[in-house]
Amino acid sequence: MATTTQGGGFAVKSKSRVSQRDRLASPAGMALLYIILLGAALLASFPFYYTLVTSTHRTSAILSIPPPIWFGGDLVQNYTDLLAALPFWNALFNSFAISTIHTVLVLFFCSLAGYGFAKFTFPGREPLFAFLLATLMVPGAIGIIPLFIVMRNLGWIDTWNPLIIPGVANAFGIFWMRQYISSAIPADMMDAARIDGAHEFRIYWNIIVPVIVPALAALAILTFMGKWNEFQFPLLILKDEAKYTLPVALSTLKSLKGTELGVQILGATGAILPILTVFVLASRQFMSGLTAGAVKGG
Amino acid sequence: MATTTLSRSKRREQDRRSAIKQAKRNAWAYAFISPFYLLYAVFGLFPLLYGLWLSMHKWDGISKMQWVGAANYVKLLTDDIWWKAIYNTIWLFFAATVPQLIIALLLAFIINTRYVRGKDFFRAAFFAPQVASAVAISLIFSSLLGERYGLLNYALGWIGLGPIDWLGSAAWIKPSIAMVTIWQWTGYSMIIFLAGLQSINPELYEAARVDGARTRDIFQHITMPLLRPVIVFQVILSIIGAMQNFDIPVMLTVGGTQASAPGGTDRSGLTALVLIYWTAFKYTNFGYGAAMAVGLFILIVLFSYMYNRFQGRNLTE
Repeated sequence: MATTTQGGGFAVKSKSRVSQRDRLASPAGMALLYIILLGAALLASFPFYYTLVTSTHRTSAILSIPPPIWFGGDLVQNYTDLLAALPFWNALFNSFAISTIHTVLVLFFCSLAGYGFAKFTFPGREPLFAFLLATLMVPGAIGIIPLFIVMRNLGWIDTWNPLIIPGVANAFGIFWMRQYISSAIPADMMDAARIDGAHEFRIYWNIIVPVIVPALAALAILTFMGKWNEFQFPLLILKDEAKYTLPVALSTLKSLKGTELGVQILGATGAILPILTVFVLASRQFMSGLTAGAVKGG
Repeated sequence: MATTTLSRSKRREQDRRSAIKQAKRNAWAYAFISPFYLLYAVFGLFPLLYGLWLSMHKWDGISKMQWVGAANYVKLLTDDIWWKAIYNTIWLFFAATVPQLIIALLLAFIINTRYVRGKDFFRAAFFAPQVASAVAISLIFSSLLGERYGLLNYALGWIGLGPIDWLGSAAWIKPSIAMVTIWQWTGYSMIIFLAGLQSINPELYEAARVDGARTRDIFQHITMPLLRPVIVFQVILSIIGAMQNFDIPVMLTVGGTQASAPGGTDRSGLTALVLIYWTAFKYTNFGYGAAMAVGLFILIVLFSYMYNRFQGRNLTE
């Protein structure tokens, strides 16, 4: 205890000394840092602004010189055209339903397995977990041809099953939950429940789940985002336009000859805006959850 | 004497009971972790092995499979389009993934310095591109990078450059894909690096400063060694991701998903996974596509191995 206080005292003393010596803390250094940061933030966010602006213009305005950098009045016209070009709301619903169902299942199966690895000592635990980690390093997309054939033999082509089911217990999610559970939950919490005679699933459901909500929330956002934006696999699996997810539906806009630019961009806005809104609203919690989880994982 | 026997048998009974309890608990644990192994066996492992089998056949996906042995691999070795796709994929790795990782690392260091205010804002702003779908992003950049009327060419015109045919010319399609990829992925890598930086115990820095270490020494002897595992992890995952580059190259090149020959002008934007997809699902040449996939797998392993060798040497310098 005494040493800690002493160390703290040192730290305070040293801080003032260091900041005088540290060149980065000088006004010029600080200005440089902020120029880099603000410049990067501007580059990262400008295309979003451009998207919003462009979706309110017709092609003729977008292709004029100079190009528009402020909002126009053709949002309604673009919207009408978008609905004529593709079943936008239907695709949005499909994306939402697939992503939501998938995410709920991921949260359940990954936290269950993460709990299994974190708080049980069973024969074969180490090699099984090492195998699970190794699968993270296997590039999945190279198996897309045989995977397609598996799906065809299951009769799952043009259904949502291939998009929802295979990843529900995935290595990343399990690893993520295991890291969190092993550091966030003391063993005596479960022991008390065991003495009361609760069986293991009950303990998971009643005691573990309520405590791991922060880790679940970060995993939920990551999973939902990934599924919402997934493109290659749904492009391969979904044939019927009525079942298209948003990215697949949007990709058809590119090949439609003569589609208004503003209409294409408005479609992109429709795909980005819902998830960007969620991200902006939850970004503080999400980011700290993400960094905390990654730290424990790192 | 009697009491010891009693307690011994009692203890044996207790042992037996706790063994049963342990076995029951193990059974629960196996049940909890089993979904992953079942799903991976069906949708992960089996496809990989089946892909090897497929690669030694000629098959259009419908009629009977025809054993051809190594013929697909022999053909692959002299297939100009395949090597072009491999060249493009590696080119994009060096032009997009490497700069992306370096910029991300730099931004993570800056945000992590304690003088910077508004960390939350910058973190969120840099991560935002990662939230958007690659398809939507490609539509947006197709407009931004338009040859005659795109905003970027207009801006370049102001300083007397251009116009550049970003997406239509063989020379510029790869730089364009690289640019969009960097835009989308830098924030993600930055968050991973930042997490690694924040896990370094600040007392280590303080102690070093007390001992009179300069910022550069601290960076070289504390920050970098401790961050190295995180960097290695992220670089390997980035290699794996870059070699499977698909969404942005498909959506930025001419014709998109409907192109009869993907990759744009002169196939300059054709990546390996795009070629595999087209070979199997558009040209219905499943066996040859599977052989390409095995080739790509070997390339990924090779790259990861070379990186490991490279950084291993650095580590012991």
